[in-house]
Amino acid sequence: MLGVTVTSGNVFSQERSWLPLNKDNVHDPMSPALRLLQQPGEALSKLPADTAGNQVRWVEALESGAINPRTNVLPETKVNVLDLDNWLNTSGSMPVVKFPHRQHTLWLDCANCHEHLFKSKAGANKLSMLQILNGEQCGVCHGAVSFPLTECSRCHNTTFEEYRREYLRAQEAKK
Amino acid sequence: MKPCRGAVAGAIALLAVLQFLASPPARSEYGDVLINKRSEKEGMRPVVFPHWFHRIRFRCKVCHNELGFKMRAGGNDVLMVDIIEGKFCGMCHNGQIAWSPENCDLCHSGKPGLQTRIFGSHQTGGPGRW
Repeated sequence: MLGVTVTSGNVFSQERSWLPLNKDNVHDPMSPALRLLQQPGEALSKLPADTAGNQVRWVEALESGAINPRTNVLPETKVNVLDLDNWLNTSGSMPVVKFPHRQHTLWLDCANCHEHLFKSKAGANKLSMLQILNGEQCGVCHGAVSFPLTECSRCHNTTFEEYRREYLRAQEAKK
Repeated sequence: MKPCRGAVAGAIALLAVLQFLASPPARSEYGDVLINKRSEKEGMRPVVFPHWFHRIRFRCKVCHNELGFKMRAGGNDVLMVDIIEGKFCGMCHNGQIAWSPENCDLCHSGKPGLQTRIFGSHQTGGPGRW
């Protein structure tokens, strides 16, 4: 199901295009750097397509090996990756949020979110879309550098029925 | 009532056109950060930091964990002397991993007059607080 969704998204997406640096009204067209700096289109057109943000599926770019960004520059740094899913918003009117630590920790370290943005204890965080839309909580990154908040269903990704089935299966496994 | 409504609509349209002409929209790539805390005061163009370029080469955790950059546009106080001493950008921009700090214009390439902020483009106008 997920595979079909991703593929059809690419098939029906418009031709991607990126503004050249001298047209973005942020770079100074008179700057000598514009002759040397890489153009977004040159780099991003080769990466898995998306319809929002940089028009790049950044996690897919990592997992497919299209890019292999460094995990550390200091040899002594411990690189943390955590494979753990959390269920959020399990009683709201929107679909349940299945939050995957793995995809997040491929990019980020634990300390980027814990404990100042989110407490590590499950259920201890009061999340609010108002705060997120205002650049707090998930909105520190989503809406700034990672996929924007127009993409509701990427976080609100699980029906309540699916959540309940998985929850009961996990409870069963614990016994 | 009708002509009055027309006049209001006309005034709004005129204001929109005037605003558009006065400031062409900044349409930088999603995630680009414009940094102008000190640059222009010191006689340099503001800095444009492209997240897209850097994340192809480094994961977020390198700069936001190892190097200590806070995840908020304008939240970091970075002086050129820090960079030259190998802190912040200078961890890589040292002539070894990336170009060295004497290539002033390559980072200081922003349009004068812009304020520090992060840009959202392509379907979003960027998040509220930035």
